[in-house]
Amino acid sequence: MRGLSKAFAGVRALRGVDFDVLPGEVHCLLGQNGAGKSTLIKTLAGAHRPDGGELLWEGEPVEIGSTTAAIELGIGTMYQELDVVDGLTVAENIFLGHERSTGGVLHRRASAKAASELLARLGHRELSPHAEVGDLSPAGKQIVSMARALSHDVKLIIMDEPSAVLDSEEVANLFRVVEQLTAQGIAVVYISHRLEEIRRIGDRITVLKDGASTASGLPVAETPTPELIRLMTGRSVANVFPPAAPVAPDAPVLLEAEGLALRGVFEGVDLSVRAGEVVGLAGLVGSGRSEILETIYGARKSTAGTVKVDGRVLRPGSVDAAVRAGVGLSPEERKSQGLILDEPIFRNVTLSSFARFARGGLLDERTERRVAREQIDALELRPADPDRSARTLSGGNQQKILLARWLVHGTKVLLLDEPSRGVDVGARAEIYALIRRLAEAGTAILVVSSEIEEVLGLADRVHVIADGRVLTERDASDLTEHDVLDLVLKGTAA
Amino acid sequence: MTTDTASAPPQPRSGAERSPLRKLFSGSAGRSIGLVVALLVICVAGAVSGGDRFVDFGNVITILSQASIIGVVAIGMTFVITAGGIDLSVGSVLGLTTIVGSLTAVQAVAADSSWLVMVLLALLVGLGVGLVNGVVIAYGNVVAFMATLAMLVGARGLAELVGERRTFVVSDPGFKAFFRGDLFGVPVLVIMFALVAIGGWFLLNRTTFGRRTVAIGGNREAARLAGVNVKRHLVAVYALAGLTAGIAGVMMMARTNSGTSTHGLLYELDAIAMVVIGGTLLIGGRGTIMGTVLGVLIFSTLTNVFTLNNLSTSVQAVVKGVIIVVAVLLQQRFAKRT
Repeated sequence: MRGLSKAFAGVRALRGVDFDVLPGEVHCLLGQNGAGKSTLIKTLAGAHRPDGGELLWEGEPVEIGSTTAAIELGIGTMYQELDVVDGLTVAENIFLGHERSTGGVLHRRASAKAASELLARLGHRELSPHAEVGDLSPAGKQIVSMARALSHDVKLIIMDEPSAVLDSEEVANLFRVVEQLTAQGIAVVYISHRLEEIRRIGDRITVLKDGASTASGLPVAETPTPELIRLMTGRSVANVFPPAAPVAPDAPVLLEAEGLALRGVFEGVDLSVRAGEVVGLAGLVGSGRSEILETIYGARKSTAGTVKVDGRVLRPGSVDAAVRAGVGLSPEERKSQGLILDEPIFRNVTLSSFARFARGGLLDERTERRVAREQIDALELRPADPDRSARTLSGGNQQKILLARWLVHGTKVLLLDEPSRGVDVGARAEIYALIRRLAEAGTAILVVSSEIEEVLGLADRVHVIADGRVLTERDASDLTEHDVLDLVLKGTAA
Repeated sequence: MTTDTASAPPQPRSGAERSPLRKLFSGSAGRSIGLVVALLVICVAGAVSGGDRFVDFGNVITILSQASIIGVVAIGMTFVITAGGIDLSVGSVLGLTTIVGSLTAVQAVAADSSWLVMVLLALLVGLGVGLVNGVVIAYGNVVAFMATLAMLVGARGLAELVGERRTFVVSDPGFKAFFRGDLFGVPVLVIMFALVAIGGWFLLNRTTFGRRTVAIGGNREAARLAGVNVKRHLVAVYALAGLTAGIAGVMMMARTNSGTSTHGLLYELDAIAMVVIGGTLLIGGRGTIMGTVLGVLIFSTLTNVFTLNNLSTSVQAVVKGVIIVVAVLLQQRFAKRT
């Protein structure tokens, strides 16, 4: 095997990624959430097809048209979570798709034995090949996934955040396996958020930002951390944040959480938001940020602590109670959790309050349309047609529908999860201005975003979260993106 | 990661940590224990209320005979549901296969050659319709419910067209002699059901086909990423369901001595109910042939007990409905626990 190289251009979530992987090296992919890392590895694994660009395998141009084709080339992939079947046993999962069999009849003993050997090679003899995967811990599933990748004759193995669910001892074990693999000349593409892990096992680094490689094949040992962070975050011109008016110190506290916890996800979260204040939660995916919002909203039932709105304690686990108290949530997955896509704009706007416009149980669509029309004008929603179905709108305008919904409802506390996801650059500034205007009108706003820059620009105060704990709480102006990343990367590694 | 977990080795929550009893009940055999108990309760009720009429070898054979045709359909349905799909067309397909197998022209050919022609044609029609279902669902990306609902209507109509709304009497002596016979007092139809069940069990539990069926139902994306050709596999699964409908069609021709478009009416619903009561998850990913067989036996034994006690079919229908709801409620509780 001689050098392999790959280059892409023009895949939807990827716009021009270039990098090459050498036999026996650990090539790390670094990038923020949404930078395109997952899309990239899925393309390599044959699960997505690239729209453009070129892929070279051992010097020859190849097309990887299916997952089977990738496996036949010798590319094994460990996905983050997707790829195990809970109802099957460990051995069954490892050999899924290439079962040990003769004429379709399974060799169960042989595959159990082969699975045991693979697990032993990975240093996990304690896992029984007969255990059902649904009963395993996330770490256990991860090991099954790795054993699966190794059950093929691989020359390149892709690991998508393999350490995310492992504790330090297991990570050490993982590194030992990675070293064994590279000693055999197997190339490893290693994806991780944790810089210090990359420093330990990585040979070279490729940094992705917004679907493009901002740096390719940097030697790990010679690249300083600030340089990497700069490459990861870049500077985007799109985020124009409106100036924040100072919050009156005597403004009433509208939202207050004390010792809020959701077992296994986050714990001991204290936060408060005053009328007119925007508070941000910054952290990586999986840190528990979205879950905190959902728990405040009652969509998840807290296991400890209280949520108070306007001084009154909310019943845990009740969305109804939260909405009646004046809490609104604009969810992360706008399309699946927020909008009824095939319904017209006006019905989406009045979804939380249409009963108010009804008389004797009969809907008054004329009033609904009028109210929606007012919002459309105020928020400059385009197209300005209340009867247009929500599906046809751009991400930014869909986001405006959700904001309009809570404006009509008269929300006191607004929870925003990824308010600018899928919103194009031009519309972002509008959304940001809108959020500020809502705050100035006296709404208490709690915002979560995976773009640290956005949280810092939008919020008055920021809570930095890692692994379900609040690391620090500070004024947004006292923090830089670098500080937050530094805190988070250290915090997760601790 | 917190420090307290760092020192502990990774502990999969495997069987060793559970109490032996819990392990027994959560295993695939253990889940069937509840069904066996239910079946025994029904049998005791039958013995108490029906006395000797129930506890009679002839009556047991009657129960098994009644179970055999719907049972074969339910085995095919088990695969479809395990793969995360549904097949509403099996009853209609059954009807269509009886028509094709017993057409005057077909019987004439059979008289000149062999009654196997009738059997083969019925099976081919079942298989063919199943293939169409599979292709429409897997490659046409039509929701299984709608695709097979369309086939439910269409196949029944086709059966009426082909058969000109007539009922064909099966007259072939060889066909009748074979399928209406028995072996050591056990009717051939019951033996056929047993063979299909054993074959189904082997296919689901011991072959790559079965393994992949479970994987697709459990996590379709994971199966695809693991290199399983999901679409092609789904076509095969629906073809299998069609084939079992064809086998059941042959059995129906034998039992009723006739082929008509109304054979197998509402069989799809009974089959789905039996499969789900048996413990196969309606969302897919877990299937049990043993459970399906028990589900089939529970239904037919219950019908038998009701009939012996002269209860109306209306009462039977109500009780069946209640049983289905209770079974699904129990299943959901189980699904939540895991």
